[in-house]
Amino acid sequence: MGERLMQEARVIPLRSPEQRRRSNRTAGPGRNGAARPAVAPTPLRPAAQPAGGVQQRLADAIGFLRKRLTGDYAVDEFGFDEQLTENVILPPLRLIYEKYFRVEAIGTGNLPSEGGALIVSNHSGTVPLDSVMTGIAVHENTSPNRYLRMLGADLVFQVPVLGALARKTGQTLACNADAERLLTAGELVGVWPEGFKGIGKPFSDRYKLQRFGRGGFVSAALRTGVPIIPVSVVGAEEIYPKIGDLKPLARLLGFPYFPVTPTFPLLGPLGAIPLPSKWYIEFGEPIRTDRHDPADADDPMIVFNLSDQVRETIQQTLYRLLAQRPGIFRG
Amino acid sequence: MTPKVVLVTGAGGYVGAHLAARLAADPDIERVLGVDTAPPARDLLKSMGRAEFVRADIRNPLIAKVISSARVDTVVHAATTTGPPGPARRTAIKEMNVIGTMQLLAACQRSPQVGKLVVKSSAAVYGAGARVPAVCTEDMAPKDISSSGYVKDAVEVEGYVRGFARRRPDVRVTTLRLTNLIGPGIDTVLTRYFSLPVVPTVLGYDARVQLLHPEDALAVLERATTADHPGVYNVGGDGVLTLSQAIRRAGRVNVPVPRVAMPAAARVFRNARGVDFSNDQIQFLNFGRVVDTTRLKRDFGFTPRWSTRQAFDDYVHGRGMHPVLNPERLAVLENRIRRTDG
Repeated sequence: MGERLMQEARVIPLRSPEQRRRSNRTAGPGRNGAARPAVAPTPLRPAAQPAGGVQQRLADAIGFLRKRLTGDYAVDEFGFDEQLTENVILPPLRLIYEKYFRVEAIGTGNLPSEGGALIVSNHSGTVPLDSVMTGIAVHENTSPNRYLRMLGADLVFQVPVLGALARKTGQTLACNADAERLLTAGELVGVWPEGFKGIGKPFSDRYKLQRFGRGGFVSAALRTGVPIIPVSVVGAEEIYPKIGDLKPLARLLGFPYFPVTPTFPLLGPLGAIPLPSKWYIEFGEPIRTDRHDPADADDPMIVFNLSDQVRETIQQTLYRLLAQRPGIFRG
Repeated sequence: MTPKVVLVTGAGGYVGAHLAARLAADPDIERVLGVDTAPPARDLLKSMGRAEFVRADIRNPLIAKVISSARVDTVVHAATTTGPPGPARRTAIKEMNVIGTMQLLAACQRSPQVGKLVVKSSAAVYGAGARVPAVCTEDMAPKDISSSGYVKDAVEVEGYVRGFARRRPDVRVTTLRLTNLIGPGIDTVLTRYFSLPVVPTVLGYDARVQLLHPEDALAVLERATTADHPGVYNVGGDGVLTLSQAIRRAGRVNVPVPRVAMPAAARVFRNARGVDFSNDQIQFLNFGRVVDTTRLKRDFGFTPRWSTRQAFDDYVHGRGMHPVLNPERLAVLENRIRRTDG
């Protein structure tokens, strides 16, 4: 017991074995994608369209339209509309993922192909594009394709359109009841424990992890016995550098902050275009919780220690990824 | 324990009258008394068989006399409402809900014969809003509830029932939290809502709706009356429809109304079409509500026969609703393209 409580000093190498192998190889001839499978850009959905596809696709589109118009589709108890997400929401987002942010997903082998897991990530970028991109990284790198069910603040669900869209794409309220329900059902659940403190932090604090809430995510994982997968996202901090905060306006609108970036609100709607930074999303090694007793979820010491362990892992991985990246926009 | 004399409140309504009829068909029950301020419709009254209708007001202490003189041993409280179908006087309904329940429970507490109480409550007690968990279990506390409204009544009614259970621990109390009822025969605010030619929804919101077929509601109430299952149970059909999806399945046309304009639109529909849109109802149409029915299936031993989708489709077919837009044409077109392709 005493041993478990003691926080071990974790030494995290600046370069993971995987990357060391990669840097050795980049010196060699194979600089093309094929030679570096672990970090190869995530493949687009295979374009396996059968021959004579135009008419087929037209018929499919009409069939899709008919199903939507007659309400002939399934929605789960959280409001997740898989048909809509797969066919309408994901394709444009995949394009942003591939072409705009050129996301490199690392360590996707740590994503389980079945069963529940809690994916815990740093939060940044003023607008939660990092969670959207993490969701795509999960979907594109699991087979069969899995959806990341994210837990969002109640503010998300209060906002018209956004709240409805969040539910339709599989997101739900960040509360233990919903988290444990999803995990028990064997879903991949995503949490951003820094919350608004993380996503709305000033640009000068970039890549400095904020406080990890009250550790509710750890107790959810402990109660359901699922592994925690720490995720580190690099690149999202630079999309909307938040250099100021119009607090009175934020209070008036009921937002947690009202960001000022170099382009917003100076350039108006143009300021809403994110800067095209190059992103890295690293999925870390799963931290098992099934060795603990589910009753440990009520032991604050164990919860805080696990929470700290996850936080430290993410922070160290962020430093390593930052040291490695060739440039903010390059790559 | 099989009940001998059952008293059903709200017997003038759909659920109360049908439940009284079902109980009257049970030969083990000696006597079934239906109580309400107004008798049920004539065809309903006919189907009630040997059940007796007593015109009495549960808000009046006289109800105690009915209970003691008839030696009632089981009381089914089905007179509360969490949303009248059409325009109604708020104060009258609140009185029936709150004062009626208080008087009824006071009468039950006084009567030594009463050994069982079944309360038809509503899943509305969980509230509806952005802060309510996606799926509510029985032990969750209400959230995002307006300070005045039908939902508040339901929460208060359950509070009185808990108080009664504390004071009379010998009485087995079953509280059933029903989700919204929908079916071809019943008249509820939702059945009126979905039969509007153009259905107003709040712009940018899409609720998750869980429905219950009246047949299942009656079966659960009957089972709670005849068998002993004390406790609180959520009752709802399996699965979920979103509001927009339900409107499409009914073949209606959805008209999104901005949130600020909704009270005005609600007034128009209330006056012209007789559909009630209370604030609670609008809140429900924004966020919806889904309950967990594990306890019902596992402990109570009842699995609803109709899923949410089946209950809704039964309502659509039973009402003979025809889609405003005909999707058959698209199906024909789709098949033609596929055939030329092959």
